[in-house]
This record gives sequence, C-alpha cells and structure tokens, in this order.
Amino acid sequence: MSNSSIRDTFFEECEELLEALVEGLAAMEENASDMEVVNAVFRAVHSIKGGAGAFALDRLVNFAHTFETVMDKVRSKQLAVNEELMLLFHRSGDQLADLVEAARDGRDPNAESEAAILKELSAYLGDVESEEEIAFDAAPLAFDAAPLALDLAEPEPATEAELRRFDIRFCPTPALYANGHEPLLLFDALAELGTLSVTADLSRLPEFDAFDPEDAVIDWRLTLLTSEDETVLHEVFEFVDALCELEIAVSDDPVAAFDEELTDNLTSPDLADQGGGAALADLKAPEEAAPPPPAIGKSTAANAPRDEPRGPRPTLRVDLDRVDRLINTVGELIINQAMISQRIEELELPAVAHLTNELEAYKLLARDIQEGVMAIRAQPVKPLFQRMSRIVREAAEATGKKVKLVTVGDSTEVDKTVIERLADPLTHMVRNAVDHGLERPDKRGELGKDPTGAIRLSASHRSGSVFIEIADDGAGLNRSRILEKAIEKGLVSPEAELSEQEVDNLLFLPGFSTAAEVSNLSGRGVGMDVVKNAVAALGGRVSIASTPGAGTTFTIVLPLTLAVMDGFVISIADQTMVIPIASIIETIRPNPRDLHCIGTDGEVISVRGAYVPIVDVARNLGLSGERADSSGVLLLVSTEGQGLTALRVGAIHDQRQVVIKSLESNYGAIAGVSAATILGDGKIALILDPDELVKLTPAAIFLPPASSPRPELRHA
Amino acid sequence: MLDVTEAPTEAQFEFITFSAGDQSFCLEITQIREIRRWTPVTKLPHTPDDVLGVMNLRGAVIPIFDLSARFGLGETIDNERNVVIVAAAGGTTIGLLVESVSEILSVAKSAIQETPDIKSEAARQAILGVISVGENMVRVVNLDAVLDTEGGAV
Repeated sequence: MSNSSIRDTFFEECEELLEALVEGLAAMEENASDMEVVNAVFRAVHSIKGGAGAFALDRLVNFAHTFETVMDKVRSKQLAVNEELMLLFHRSGDQLADLVEAARDGRDPNAESEAAILKELSAYLGDVESEEEIAFDAAPLAFDAAPLALDLAEPEPATEAELRRFDIRFCPTPALYANGHEPLLLFDALAELGTLSVTADLSRLPEFDAFDPEDAVIDWRLTLLTSEDETVLHEVFEFVDALCELEIAVSDDPVAAFDEELTDNLTSPDLADQGGGAALADLKAPEEAAPPPPAIGKSTAANAPRDEPRGPRPTLRVDLDRVDRLINTVGELIINQAMISQRIEELELPAVAHLTNELEAYKLLARDIQEGVMAIRAQPVKPLFQRMSRIVREAAEATGKKVKLVTVGDSTEVDKTVIERLADPLTHMVRNAVDHGLERPDKRGELGKDPTGAIRLSASHRSGSVFIEIADDGAGLNRSRILEKAIEKGLVSPEAELSEQEVDNLLFLPGFSTAAEVSNLSGRGVGMDVVKNAVAALGGRVSIASTPGAGTTFTIVLPLTLAVMDGFVISIADQTMVIPIASIIETIRPNPRDLHCIGTDGEVISVRGAYVPIVDVARNLGLSGERADSSGVLLLVSTEGQGLTALRVGAIHDQRQVVIKSLESNYGAIAGVSAATILGDGKIALILDPDELVKLTPAAIFLPPASSPRPELRHA
Repeated sequence: MLDVTEAPTEAQFEFITFSAGDQSFCLEITQIREIRRWTPVTKLPHTPDDVLGVMNLRGAVIPIFDLSARFGLGETIDNERNVVIVAAAGGTTIGLLVESVSEILSVAKSAIQETPDIKSEAARQAILGVISVGENMVRVVNLDAVLDTEGGAV
C-alpha cells in the first residue's frame, strides 16, 4: 500500500468520523449528560487527531487537540455543557471539517476563524494545560472504562476431573512493551484455555514523581483453571519468553480451592473498589506504562471491546467503476432475458412445455439482481442532511435568527450522484428558508409563535420516486409582493390573471429575487431558477406549497436512480431515438391551418394564440438535409435559451423506462445527444437533449468541425 | 501495446490479418477483444464519414470506425464477409469495420520491418511496421493513431 493510498484511507475515515461527530453533537444537544454520547464525540475528534498526527498535519492535530481537551473536560464533568458551549462545539466541528478538507486538498485553511475558535476553546481550558497534557491525555480515557471484558464472571462448571490449577507469575520487562506486545492479548489467549483470574502486583509501582513512563513496573499473578497441558501455556508466552520473567507452577491445591476463591471474589460487594476493581484498572495501566506505541489512535483501541456495538456497521469500500460495470452487465442481462422471452414466444411451443415457468423465474431473478445492484449505488441522505445543519447554523448566525433544524427520514437512500449534485441546490434552498422564510424572533413572538423557527428537512420514497421536502414554519410566500415584483421586472404582464400556484412558480423565473434588500446570505444573484435547473438536470422537479402565516414547503421529486429515465421512443428520419418525458410539456398533432412560414426557412405553429418556432429534429441532427413534410408530431418543450419550442419528430412509438448509457466513455460528446440507451431488441437508440438540440442550426452541419471539436477518444 | 523495440528477440508475435480498402493490415492479437459479424449500427449525428455509428457490445456503447475510410482508402463496400474487429487500447474499446479477416500470423520480432521511409507523415503514424508474407506486405496498424481522432483522417 503506498503512502498516498493510506492517506486516502485516512481521509475517507475522517469523513466517517466527522459524520459521527456531527451526529454525536446533535445527540449531545438532546442530552448532554449521556456519557456514551460525549465519549463518542471525544473519540471521533481523538481519532482524527491521531491519524492527522501520523501524516504530520500539524494544524489539524493542534486544533483537534484543543477541541479534544475541552471535550475531555466535559467528559470528566469539570465543565458543564450549556447552549453557548454547544454552539462552540458545533462551530469547532465545522472548523475541524474545514481543516480536514483543506488538508486533503492541500489548501491553506481559513486561519482567521480557526484562530477565533481556538481562542474560544482555550478560554474553557484555563491555564493548567501544558506540554504534558499530550503525553497524559489518554489517562482519563483508560481509567473511566470500568468493566473490561475479562471472563471473570463466568466460572466454568468444573465438570472435567482433569482440571488443573496453574499459578503464573508474569513480570514483563520494558522491552516487552517496546516490542509492541500487549499483556491483555496474552491474557485473552489464556482466558480461552479455561477460567482465568488476574491480579496485578503493584508493589514495584514508584512514587508519582519517580514514575518513568518507559519502565515496566506492574507484575501479574494469574490463576488459570484449565484441562490443558502446561506446554500449551508456555506456547501462549512463546513470543515474549525472553522479554519477561515467567513462572508457571502447577498447584497441588485441588480445584475446589480455586472455585472458592473465585466465588469469593465474585460475590464480594466491594469488588469494584477493592481487589477486582484495582486489578481491572491496572490492567489498563500498561497502556500508559508502556512507551506510546507508534500507531497513534491506539488509546481509542483500549475501549474497543466495549464499543463495538456502537460503531458503524461493517462496510466494504468498492471502486465506483466496478459497480457501474456490474450495473452495465446486469442491464444487458435484462435485455438479453427480454430477447430470449420474445424468441421463445415466436417459436409457439406447445403449452405443455415447462419453459414458461423457468422463463418467468429467470425474469424474476434478473430483476432481483438488477434491484440489488442498483441498491449498491444508493446511499442514505444522512450526510447531505448533516451538511445542512451547518448551513442552517451559519445562516441563523448571519441573520440573527434562531433556527432549529429537524431532519426526518435521513436513512432514505438515493443514488450517489443525486446526493452529490443535490448539495448545492439544497444549500441554497435551506439558506433561503432561513433568510426569507422565517420571521425575525421578535416578530415571531408577536405572532405567538415559538421565537425559534423550525426548518424541517425530510426525505422519503413514494411511488418509485424520492421526495425531499424543505419546510419552514415562517410567514409563507407573500404572493402580492411576488406578483408586484414580477410585473416590475417585466416577467409577467400587468393584466395577467394568475392562480396562486402560478404566482408561486414565478419564483423559479430567471432573474427573480424577492428580498427587498440584498442580504449577505441569499440574493447573490443566484435565484431559484438555478435550483430548478439543477434538479431538472437530475430528472426531477421542484414544487412549492405555501400557506400565509404558516410557512412554505418546497418539494423536490427525484427519480430513484440516474441510470433509468422515462422517455418517449420516437422516430426521426429512419432512426429510433428517445426523448426524456420530463422535458416535454405537451405533444401536438399539428393542424395545417396552425402552421405558418416566416421568411424562406422559418416555420412557426400557433399554440393558443402564441407563435412557437418549430425545430426539425432530423435536420438539426443532420440526418436529412431536406425539409421534412409537415406530417409528424410536434413536441412542445421549454428550453433554457429559447423558451417554448416545438420539436418536429416523425412519430411517437412508445413510452418506456430506458437504461441510460454514456456515449462519452468510448467516443465523446455529440451535440444534441445526451446519452444512448439499448432498446429491447438490442439496438442502440440515442437519447436527445432538447436544450442542446434547439441550439444547433441546420447550417452548422456543413461547417468544418472547428466550432465543435472532434471528440477526444482517449480518457487521458 | 505492441512494442517492436523492447520485446525479446525470439519471441513470436501473433497477428490477425485482415483486408481493408484492398490492402492487407494486421493487429496484434492481444489488442483484439473479439470479431463480430457486421450488423447495422446506430448512426451518430455530426460525425465524420469514417465514424459509422455505435454498436451495443454487451451493454457498452462502442463506436464503430470504417478502417478503410479512416485510412482514406474509400468506404468499405458492403460484403457478406465484412466483420467488425473489436479492439481495446488505453481503456477505450472501439470497433473497426474491415472487408474480411484472413488468418493468424505468427512471426518472430525480427520479421517485423520498419515502415519504409515514405513521405506521408500521417501514413507513417498509422503504420507501426510491415511484415512480408509471401508476395504480400502486411501493414501493422497503430491502434493509437486510429483512436487519435484529433489528427483527422490519415
């Protein structure tokens, strides 16, 4: 493994840790006294620090260390969590995320905010912090872990008569620790052989002032009840033989004595405070007594046996390319299955043939595989939602409003690409909700609302689509102002009679911004039209619902996967192509009376009083130079550049879901074509991109390809 | 990738020979994924004449080039023996329409001669070397040159 791939792994892990951190902080807000949660946050920060140390990311280490130290004070109950501190923790978490990102991209992080937060954090630390803090910061971690997984509590029933008792004295030398050995592991191995009891001999423990962390001062007395041979015991210590003093003696004492002793220990109510407790606590001590192992982050491992159930579920990191290849192959399997079914039907076999049953089973299996493979690409929206909590915090700070973010359904799974490409529009909408949606706290108070505004972010699966809602409990849309503004900007004519919904949708028009004054936050010239386009690019749509005084809800509806799309199968010249249904407003079978010519070549159709230009798809694609006759079907589309346009195509054959295949991977981009798909008969059909299509002019075909450079084939 | 200079001297190279535009060509066998019968392809708009279109190769969309047209030898004439050679280079898979496939040629490295010093730079780029087989001269196709559409037809 090369260093850079280890580094990559570190940053991948950082992402998970940061996620755990945000999650933990959110949980702390609910219940700051839950030590499990506080520990989880501490561990996340600590692990990032550890890993960062290994890569000499000093700034990251420094910041994480300060953060961790404050966190530790909370853990040890020296510091009570209040709202202010919680806010600082959130900001520290954000800053940590920034620093990780900066370190990953090799950028210079924002020193100003870092310094500010560091200063605030340090304010909580007082002045006791010093150099030794780093060396000793693992100590509280180790000692607060009370019960350790030693099988003391399970005295095995002494059924075997051959059980013998071994008394072991084990005195490690410093060299044992220096070589990376761990007594606990040895004891674990012994515990597997039978019933083990461990006592630490602290008699050699020096005064604290004389304490040498590199020295090994703890000896162990172990009692093992086992049916195994003595040689087996020696095997356990085989690798540390020369690094310790070891005495193994078979005790003549019968088994009963041991049992008694053990039971005694177990029933003793003072176990935790006396012998047992001390032994357990000391069992951890070698961690500190031993020289710090080179692998940083080891101290978190001390807690590992107990923490496992709380950790993330085991996952497998797979190269995305591999998954996509698998999806491709499965797509082909589905097509192949459809073709076989068709062929067999054509054979008109007698009905007795069992083939139909098998074929049906094959079909179901193929679908199962497809669903399973698609699910690999799916990811929960949780990380995306977590990012939004930061946006809300920052927006609330900038506007002086109090906002609470509620997320619902963050385990809803969406295609990975959707998640990636949804981040920007969602950020924008959440900012808008805070900035424009919610009222100021004083105004909310007047209205009898909770001064803290609520923004609800929810995700759910409904009828094969993903619904994402951003709802605020603010004032609702001010429709009369929207209309006023739209008229003022000339976006609608003053005479227009618009329904409420039509007014709401004015927000999506390019160049629309309702904020009376352009605030620092939103209104940077990025309007809702950008959001709409981004969502449309994912094959989805946005809608608004608003109730005056009660709030506004934006709903984003997205397809479950980007690999599949609803399309019309159409014919253009002599080719079969697919056009996305999402882009089509309506289909028109033109009445010759509505068609008009403009100039020599232009053609328009009158649609309810408006004249809409007609674009002949076949000509724009250069498939037929001649002007098509006026037969065929017109598809009314709304395009980015040209507004309403009617696309002339030969005929519409079918409406179906098609699997999207990239053209660019083996060839290159082609103007007017977004991708390709494979039809049921195995043939390839091109998927048209209406926005690009209308930009092409028939004349462009005959120009040298200077304007559209020839596709670059290689990936280089 | 075919490497004429570094291979061990006595190593045998295997080539598949084919004809395109009435000339004999060959490609090293390791570059060839499969050979398929010609089936009509889906045409692509706004592409040069030698790009015939795209074909479905087990779920992947691969472009098909007319090798004869690519080398400026005129379009391949429709023929029952026409085949598509599916070749891969540098992570890209493409199909080459040729008139017909002839045979497998096994030659020692020494049998591959350097491309004679001809005037046309483009042609020198497209041909890695030549092998003489009986009275015929077989041209070793430089797949990279075929892939490199920036240079235009060679």
